[in-house]
Amino acid sequence: MLSTAIAIATTLVCLSLILNMWRLFRGPGRPDRILALDTMYINSIALIILFGISSGSTLYFEAALLIAMLGFVSTAAMCKYILRGDLIE
Amino acid sequence: MMDFWIELVVSVFLITGAVFVFIGSLGLAKLPDFYTRLHGPTKATTLGMSSLLIASVVLVTYRQGYLSLHELLITLFLIITAPVTAHMLAKTALHHKADILEKTSDKALSQRARERMIP
Repeated sequence: MLSTAIAIATTLVCLSLILNMWRLFRGPGRPDRILALDTMYINSIALIILFGISSGSTLYFEAALLIAMLGFVSTAAMCKYILRGDLIE
Repeated sequence: MMDFWIELVVSVFLITGAVFVFIGSLGLAKLPDFYTRLHGPTKATTLGMSSLLIASVVLVTYRQGYLSLHELLITLFLIITAPVTAHMLAKTALHHKADILEKTSDKALSQRARERMIP
């Protein structure tokens, strides 16, 4: 039962990654693209967690935490760059 | 017997979380303007991630025999940072005058928010 649930969850997360990719390519404005990238970061954390569950190892937790922190920082940096035209003034 | 219930709980959390993550991305892809699209990832995806990570906590706790809460760190981090990200993105979109839906009420407030912002 657990392996079936992991398979279904992985399929759904991959589908949502494809939807994010569509928005990333199509998005009318730059904020849309940043939002799609941010969602892709979060969904990749979900994929890593699912892989960690299925392989029975807790090693992947650090990678997920790193991606979460870097995703937030990069989103903040991109927003700031678009808003002010400069990162460090 | 114990195995079955643990697997059931973990599977339910996994499916719920994945469905919420998918709904968030579907909202990101389908909704009509930027300010409505902002809702999908900030709310549904954060809830879905929390559910997936709770499933991971339950499973790792059962497998290793001691309480393992460090996955909750990611949940906490996402719950803290998602509103900050959404606020910054909304400010950016307001500043760049992203299109607002015709049906949106109180559009004058967006003008006021735009003027209050430091350029």
